[in-house]
Amino acid sequence: MREVAVIGVGCTKFGEKWESSFRNLFVEAGALALEDANLSGEKIDEIFVGNMSAGRFVEQEHIGALIADYAGLATDNIPATRVEAACASGGLSFRQAYTAVASGMSDIVVAAGVEKMTDVGTEVTTDVLAAAADREWEGIAGITFPGLYAMIATDYMHRYGLTREQLAQVAVKNHDNGAKNPNAQFRKAITLDTVINSTLVADPLRLFDCSPVTDGAAAVILAPLERAREFTDTPIKVLGSGQASSTIALHDRKDISTLDATVAAGNRAFKMAGIERKDIGFVEVHDCFTIAEICAIEDLGFCKKGEAGRLTEEGQTAIGGKIPVNPSGGLKACGHPVGATGIKQVYETVKQLRGDAKGRQVDTDIGMTHNVGGTGATVVCHIFGRK
Amino acid sequence: MSVARFWRKQQNRYNLIGNQCTVCGKYFYPPRGFCPVCRRDGKIVEHQFKGTGKVVTFSIIRSSSGNFKLLTPYVLAIIELDEGSRLTTHLVCDIDKVYIGMPVKRVFRKLGEEGSSGAIFYGTKFVPA
Repeated sequence: MREVAVIGVGCTKFGEKWESSFRNLFVEAGALALEDANLSGEKIDEIFVGNMSAGRFVEQEHIGALIADYAGLATDNIPATRVEAACASGGLSFRQAYTAVASGMSDIVVAAGVEKMTDVGTEVTTDVLAAAADREWEGIAGITFPGLYAMIATDYMHRYGLTREQLAQVAVKNHDNGAKNPNAQFRKAITLDTVINSTLVADPLRLFDCSPVTDGAAAVILAPLERAREFTDTPIKVLGSGQASSTIALHDRKDISTLDATVAAGNRAFKMAGIERKDIGFVEVHDCFTIAEICAIEDLGFCKKGEAGRLTEEGQTAIGGKIPVNPSGGLKACGHPVGATGIKQVYETVKQLRGDAKGRQVDTDIGMTHNVGGTGATVVCHIFGRK
Repeated sequence: MSVARFWRKQQNRYNLIGNQCTVCGKYFYPPRGFCPVCRRDGKIVEHQFKGTGKVVTFSIIRSSSGNFKLLTPYVLAIIELDEGSRLTTHLVCDIDKVYIGMPVKRVFRKLGEEGSSGAIFYGTKFVPA
């Protein structure tokens, strides 16, 4: 296998982007990534795009071809493939691009992610997202995504004594970080009281425990490490890649509060990178709900089960703490355009490792991403290094 | 969706019929045609579940969509059946009464309908035992 580097990154501003269509979002992110890599389109060998549900959000399938076309690459007949793994579609798109370059099959590959969620009403959005769970046996029982993660929170709080304040601190910390991220949907600091007094969505989770509905796209460009310096002075190397599956339904997990696919994907990425947890300078985790960040910190091995609440409360997951989590603001403050999130995590990690994350910079050479589909049926982790 | 989508699951949903693998002895509800433990060495047979169990975890759903919108707030729960397998259900009870470990039993209920002129589908929900 060849070593692989990220040579360019681009990301749209995340938010309710009524003025932008699905295809505009992708083209905007792709153009930013090409500009960043100082690359012209005809040099691209292949495109992967993560997208969860354009079919239901904008009634459009055949996304690979659409994107190649509107990126101006259809006439060059560049292969373009859509990758889907619910909210892990972006992370999986990156992994597909990584394997394409590492294998030697392609040289210059775009890994993108895009989701346009606000062209339908909230009720439809809720139902589309519910399709990431088991439609026949969870969907029919009246699940919602907040409801599934709320059942994890109920189990976790009962077993480990996590407090309401500790859980709320996840959202407060992510809003603090997001306030310093120009691409974030919510650039506003909040207080514990805001979270604790917000509307109940699915007990014990409240509105401010939940990531929002978001439009957005992100794109990154990969190349063989040996060619990376043709395009950039600051190539960011992919050190490790791990993907894992688990049961589609939450009720079939051995332990409701452990995402076993996070454990497996994390272990695989660490083994491949040949580094330890203490070597990681920050991690972008999949905080679709506050409880998801608590579980992720533990399941990735940064602390023991039951300790992430205290770690968060002590400020150890804030920038400047022992293990900064979600310096971008995470899904909570950046927003969560489901197919784009996994690529946005890579975007943030590259910005951090280049030293370009103004106002929220973590001083480190190594960062990690963690992208979850559903309640943890798919998890994709990557580890990146500056050297 | 076509009626067949609901009809083919009727036995499972109406009567809580799942499976057991007679090789490893493990029970499956929701049903599986293939034992994930023994895989090709397994032997799957139908099993009628007793329909009693206890609450593993739960949430009160305050905001929902489709057939469940008018039921809010309602209790969503993961139940462990006495035979050991787990399922997700609407637990029909007072939202203040539910707790982890609460004994429950199955009931036959309408699950929803496909719009005003579509199929009405039924199945199993749970109530406090």
